[in-house]
Amino acid sequence: MPILLARGLTKTFGDFEAVKGIDVEVAKGEAFGFLGPNGAGKSSTMKMVAATSPRTGGELSMFGLDPDVDGAAIRARLGSCPQQDNLDEELTVEENLHVYGRFFGLPRAVIRERTEELLDFAQLTERRRDKVEPLSGGMKRRLTIARALVNDPDVLLLDEPTTGLDPQARHVLWDRLFRLKRRGVTLILTTHYMDEAEQLCDRLVVMDHGRIVAEGSPRALIQEHSTREVLELRLPVDGHDESDGGHTELAHLVEGVGERVEALPDRLLIYADHGDAALETVTDRGLQPVSALVRRSTLEDVFLHLTGRTLVD
Amino acid sequence: MTSEGVAPLVPPGPRRVGLAAEYFLRVWRRTWVGSVFSRFGGPLLMLLALGIGLGSLVDDSSGGVGGVGYLFFVAPALIAVQGMMDAAQESMWPVYGYFTWNRMYHSMLATSLTVTDVVLGHLSVIAMQSAIASAAFVLVASLFGAFASWWALLSIPVGVLTCLAFATVLFGVTSRARTDGVFNVVFRLVITPLMLFSGVFFPVDLLPTGMQVLAWVTPLWHGVELSRDCATASADVMSLVHLAVLLVFVAGGLVLALTGMRKRLVS
Repeated sequence: MPILLARGLTKTFGDFEAVKGIDVEVAKGEAFGFLGPNGAGKSSTMKMVAATSPRTGGELSMFGLDPDVDGAAIRARLGSCPQQDNLDEELTVEENLHVYGRFFGLPRAVIRERTEELLDFAQLTERRRDKVEPLSGGMKRRLTIARALVNDPDVLLLDEPTTGLDPQARHVLWDRLFRLKRRGVTLILTTHYMDEAEQLCDRLVVMDHGRIVAEGSPRALIQEHSTREVLELRLPVDGHDESDGGHTELAHLVEGVGERVEALPDRLLIYADHGDAALETVTDRGLQPVSALVRRSTLEDVFLHLTGRTLVD
Repeated sequence: MTSEGVAPLVPPGPRRVGLAAEYFLRVWRRTWVGSVFSRFGGPLLMLLALGIGLGSLVDDSSGGVGGVGYLFFVAPALIAVQGMMDAAQESMWPVYGYFTWNRMYHSMLATSLTVTDVVLGHLSVIAMQSAIASAAFVLVASLFGAFASWWALLSIPVGVLTCLAFATVLFGVTSRARTDGVFNVVFRLVITPLMLFSGVFFPVDLLPTGMQVLAWVTPLWHGVELSRDCATASADVMSLVHLAVLLVFVAGGLVLALTGMRKRLVS
């Protein structure tokens, strides 16, 4: 039985359709990601999965239970780490763990025992008696995650777990999440960071405007929606209109090179399985790039290809 | 993260309300010292200034109010006022804070607790605070000779009931508030006028009929009258009416609070 099963799941706020009928299945022990730009419907989906927001339509079950009927029972088996930290900053680190454990009705002795492990896990043992307010963003995030583990959940839900953290803090957090995954905790997360999705997710769906536009492992998605490599090219733009960087008008010069060409204002992206060969073709045509970079295709290329480059505010 | 399975699921009921209350109790233990003066000092100053100061003038010139010494007239009413003030302090900014500032309500609702547990848990701690404040007031006011009989102890639950009549309704208001600016308006346009014109300092009969009606349809006057009936051991049929009105406010307020909170927190 899948841990999470959604069929034609929808969520509407007034006239706004945030989630427009998605099908998702997550198996036990999987690390599953919802990837998408802001406003794609990731967080709305997450809240329905967390049994904190009722669905508008479709089917949804967690552990085989219906959130509309057994919300409290589902939440008892979930750890939920929301986008915005909601710790009590006036309390100390360990008091936050205690208070949260009590919400689940855990006996105090059990909480005390778990607090030791969780503080160690979150690398906060030395700060245990400090108030939360002055802690760094990374520490607060780790505490929020540790708190979500106080009920020893089968599934950990993470809504944009590393947004706003510096690179060091993100890597520490990823390391912690890996450990959980190894222990068999099912991870369901949302993110708009491609590296995060590639690092953490066995499988993911790309969401855009409330719909799922692609699904698969990071590697499969790259294979399916991008090429192995990308050649990033800057050409001299004199003589052309430079007001927008000029490269859109240069795209025709490299037509036919690689599988696909995308013109950005300041550079051309040539999608090809062999970037160096593509670069050779370019120079053979007599073009002299100002700079050329061959890199591996990433989920970011898939993401931008599928959801477009238009800014979502 | 020991592998002894998942958290035991606490069945719905008073135990879960208790779990929610535990948190608010912890917050109260952390903050009560800071609020002693505003909560308890306020009514006490009023008792001294009005009950004893102004009261001696009233008693000298007209022999009290309806034959009752002014101090005995005002003191039980101040218990109801204190209940209203406690409710106003606790049910607007702090409640707003729990869903917008530190978002602790959201934290709680991500666990096995429900909106009903959280609202009832919070209200029960507010009721407990009100009980302590009312009891302290009765004790101190007794030292000033403001209460003549043991019946005055009954004014304590009346203070709590008045507090709950306001707290539940204000929970309903706060859950629907889009900004915290509305709370100042409530204070100026509702709480303060009610304190002045609900028969606390003079009988409402002295007011024009229109304003008397206002007292009848709001909770404070009923709390004031019931508290006074208790403290002066002069309960009658009207006392039961006052009690019924307060209970209706609590019940209606609870509906407002629960629907508003559900809409705000579980959307």
